[in-house]
Amino acid sequence: MNMQRKQKKPLLQSVATKQFLTFRIGNENYGLELSQTREIIEYGGITSVPLMPNFLRGVINLRGEVVPVIDLAVRLGRNPIDVQKRTCIIVVELENNEQNHVLGLLADAVSEVIELSDDNIEDAPSFGANIRAEFIQGIAKFDNEFVVLLDANRALSIRELAHLVEAQMQ
Amino acid sequence: MDIDSVLQTFFAEAEELLVSMETALLRIDDGAKDSETINEIFRAAHTIKGSAGMFGLFEIVGFTHMVENVLDLARDGKLTITDNLLSILLSCRDHIVQLVNNAKQQKKSDATCIEQGELLLNSLRAWLEIKADLNGDNVQKNNNIQKNIATPLDPTSTNDNFEVSGKTQEPAINHDLWYISVRFGTDLLRNGMDPLSIIRFLNTLGEVTKISTMTDNFPTLAEFDPETLYLGFEIILRSDASLEEIENAFMFVREESSIKIIPPRSNILAYVDLINSLPKNSRRLGEILVATNVITTTDLELALDTQKQQAKEQNSIGLLGDILIETQAVSPELINAALDRQKTNQEIRTVQPEQRFIRVEAERLDKLINLIGELVVNRQRVDLLSSKLGNGPLTEAVTSMGNFTEQIRDAALTLRMVAIGDTFLRFKRVVRDTAKELGKEIELEIEGAETELDRSMVEKLNDPLMHIVRNAMDHGIESIAVRRSRKKSDTGVIALKASHKAGNIVIEITDDGGGLDLERIRKKAIANGLLEETTQLSRQELCQLIFHPGLSTAEQVTNLSGRGVGMDVVKRNIESLRGVIEIETELGVGTCITICLPLTLAIIDGFHVAAGNIDFIVPQNTILECVDLASLNHIKEQHYVNLRGEQVPYIRLQELFSLEAQQAVREKLLVVQFGEKRAGIVVDSLFGEIQTVVKPMGPIFQALKGIGGSSLLGTGAVALILDVPQLINVAMNREHIRNTLSIAGMQE
Repeated sequence: MNMQRKQKKPLLQSVATKQFLTFRIGNENYGLELSQTREIIEYGGITSVPLMPNFLRGVINLRGEVVPVIDLAVRLGRNPIDVQKRTCIIVVELENNEQNHVLGLLADAVSEVIELSDDNIEDAPSFGANIRAEFIQGIAKFDNEFVVLLDANRALSIRELAHLVEAQMQ
Repeated sequence: MDIDSVLQTFFAEAEELLVSMETALLRIDDGAKDSETINEIFRAAHTIKGSAGMFGLFEIVGFTHMVENVLDLARDGKLTITDNLLSILLSCRDHIVQLVNNAKQQKKSDATCIEQGELLLNSLRAWLEIKADLNGDNVQKNNNIQKNIATPLDPTSTNDNFEVSGKTQEPAINHDLWYISVRFGTDLLRNGMDPLSIIRFLNTLGEVTKISTMTDNFPTLAEFDPETLYLGFEIILRSDASLEEIENAFMFVREESSIKIIPPRSNILAYVDLINSLPKNSRRLGEILVATNVITTTDLELALDTQKQQAKEQNSIGLLGDILIETQAVSPELINAALDRQKTNQEIRTVQPEQRFIRVEAERLDKLINLIGELVVNRQRVDLLSSKLGNGPLTEAVTSMGNFTEQIRDAALTLRMVAIGDTFLRFKRVVRDTAKELGKEIELEIEGAETELDRSMVEKLNDPLMHIVRNAMDHGIESIAVRRSRKKSDTGVIALKASHKAGNIVIEITDDGGGLDLERIRKKAIANGLLEETTQLSRQELCQLIFHPGLSTAEQVTNLSGRGVGMDVVKRNIESLRGVIEIETELGVGTCITICLPLTLAIIDGFHVAAGNIDFIVPQNTILECVDLASLNHIKEQHYVNLRGEQVPYIRLQELFSLEAQQAVREKLLVVQFGEKRAGIVVDSLFGEIQTVVKPMGPIFQALKGIGGSSLLGTGAVALILDVPQLINVAMNREHIRNTLSIAGMQE
C-alpha cells in the first residue's frame, strides 16, 4: 500500500483538511497523520532484542534498514498486542533533532484513510481517554465511532523511548 | 558548478595546503633547510592567497600576502629561517587556519583574532625590515655587477629572450605585457561566479593596464537574458607573475570559458592564432591589438595574409612557425625555444596532483560502501538459495559471483582508507609546542606512517591519541634534571608506531619517561574506594585502573591535564571503535600504550551463533576457539571451566539476556579474548563464519550494553552483534552487585 502517492493528489477542498490513517488496537480506534506514515507491512520477521522494556518488541529488516518495532498498545498503557492474522506493522517516519527516525508500530488491524477538517476534530478530553493527555492530538467522530488522533512526535518521542530503555537497563 | 561547491573546494584545498605547510615548517624545525621545503611552504601560502583573492576573502589575502613576502625572501636565500622566525611562521599558519575557518563559517573575525593578526603582521614586518637593512647595500652592488657584465658584451645581441629583428622600426611587442583574451561561459553568473572578482584578482598579480569589454555576443534586447553572461574581455596585464599563476586566476571558470593567455614577448603569430580562433571578433581584435601597441598594423596584416595565402596554396594551414620564418619576423631558434617552453608547460600541467586524485564527497563514498554491504548480504542469500537447489552450474556461477563480490568489497573499502601518517604528523607540532611549554626536551619518532585505516576511524582516533601523547609528555617524560639523575639523555622520546597485525591495526604510543607507579595507583584506588585492600590484581589490571574515571595520580594538575578528554573517555572512545587498549609499563623506564583496532567499522568478519531463539554475531577477531561445554570439566553453579588447566570464567547468553531456555541443546562454549582477558560465552548453537555489514541500532538502543549493533543475515533476518568487552563488563558488574547483595543478606 503506497500512501505517499495518494497523498500527492491535489486536494479539492481549500479548507484545512488532514488525512489520517486509522487502525484498531483492541476495540479502540486510533489515527495517525498520514503524512507521518510511510507504509504498512505484514507482521513477521521480528528479532527480539534482549532486556528491552515491554513496549519494544524488537527490530525488523525493512529493505536493508534495521527498524525498531514498538507495541503501541503497551505504550498507550494497554495490554500487549496478541499477534493474530490481521496484526500488522505501520511504518512511520518522524523528525527528531533534524534527523529522520523510522519506527514500526504494531497494530491489531489497519482500517482506512479518512479525511478530517479542523471542525471535525475536538480537543482531547481532560480525562476519560485513559491515555496520557499529551499523546492525543484530538478526538474525531467518524462513522459514529470515536477515533483518537495520536500526536506521534510525543507518543513516540525518541528521547523518551531511549530514556525508558535506559531505565530498564539499570 | 555553483559558488558554494567551488567555495567548498577552496576550503578543502586550503585546509590541505595548511597541513602540508605545517608539515614542511616542522621539517625545517628538524633541520631540513633545502629549497624544496621552503618552496613548498611558499607555494602553500601563495596558492591560498591566490584562491582567497578570487572569492574576495581579502582578510586572508592581506595577511597571507605578508607571510608570502617573508617566505619569498627565505626562498631566495636572503633570509635564514631561525627558530624564532619559525615559531612566528607557525603561528601565522595557525592564524590563516583561523581566518579560513572564519570564512567557512561566514563570520567576521573577532577582536582577539584581529589583534593577533596585527601582532603577527608586526613581527613579520620586523623581519622584512631586518632584511632590508642588511641587504640594502647588496642590492645596489648586485645591480652594479649586472651592469658591468652587460657592458662588455656586444650591445646588439641583447640578453633579452629575443627581439623581432629587421623590418619594423619599433619593437613589435611591448615587453612585459601579458595579453589575455577571455570569453566567459554564458552560465558563469548563474553559477555564482563574478568575472569582476577575477579581474580584481589579476590586479593583485600586477597591473591591468588596459581592458576592453567585448560585447559582440550581445543579443538584441528581446533575446536578452539578464542571467546570461555575454561579455568577453581583452586584458593587458603588466606583471612578473608566471603563466601558471595567471592561469590560476581562471581556475574555477576554466572549464566553461575560453581563455587565451599570451605571454610577454610572444611572437606575433600567437596573436594571429588568437585572432583566427575567434573569427567573429577578428577585426575588432586586430584593432585592439594595434591600438594598444601590442603589434603593429603591418605585422598583423602581413601575418594574416601569409597564412591565408598558404592555406590557399597548400590547402592546409601552414605551420605557424614556418610563416614566422618566412616573414623573417623571428629566427628559427627562437621559435624552437618557444615551442619547447610550450611543451614544458604542458608537461607541468600533466603532473599536477589534481589530475591524479579525484576529490569525492565522503558521503557519496559512504553510500557506495553501504550499497556494497547490501550486495555482500544479498550474495549470502543467493548462496543459501543456490545451495538448497543443488544445481551444479548455478552453484558454480554463484560462487564465482561471490568471489567478485568479495573483491569489490575489498576494493571499495580501500577507497575509504587513508594513511595514518597525517594524523601522526600533526603530533609533531603538538610535541614541539608542548615541550616548550613544559620546559622539557622531547622528540617525536614516527614509524609506520603508511599504515592505512578507515577514514572515519582516523577522525575518532585524534582525540584519544592527543590525550595519550599529552599525558606522556606531561606525566611520562621527566624534567631534564630528573632524567640526568636517572642517567637518561636530556631529550625524551615519544614514539608513535602503527602496523597491521592479523586484520587489525595496532598503534603503539611509547615514551621513555618515568613509567606508571603501580603501587601509587593501587593506593589511590583503595583510597577512592575502587579497590578492596585485600584484592590482588595483575599488573595489567592495575594499569587498566588509570582508565577509571576519578583516578588521577598526578600530584599537581597542570594546565595540560585540564585539557581535552580524560583517560576514561579515551578508553570509551577506543571501545566504541571496537578496539582494545592495553598498557605496559616499567617504573623509571617508560610506558607503552597499545591500541588495537579493527580495520573498518562498516563490515566485519563474524561468527554466527544463536541463543534462546535469537541470532547473534560474535566478531571473529575476538574468538580463540569453540568447544562443546559438556566435554569440559565444570561446575554448573560456578561458571568456570577448566580449559587445559586454565580457569576460564564464562557467561551464558541465555541467562545474561534472560532469554527463553531451549530444550535439549548441546551448549557450546566460545572462548573469547580481548586485551589480556579471556572468557567464555555459552551459546545454544554455532552456524559458522559470516561476513556482514554493521548496522547501527539507532538512538533508542543507546543504553543497551553488550550489543554493539545489528546486521542482516542471508535469510533476511536481523542478527545482533555482540560487543564482547562490554558484555564481559556487564557480567562482572552484575556478579559484583549480586555478591554485595548476598553479603548484605538480601535476596535478589
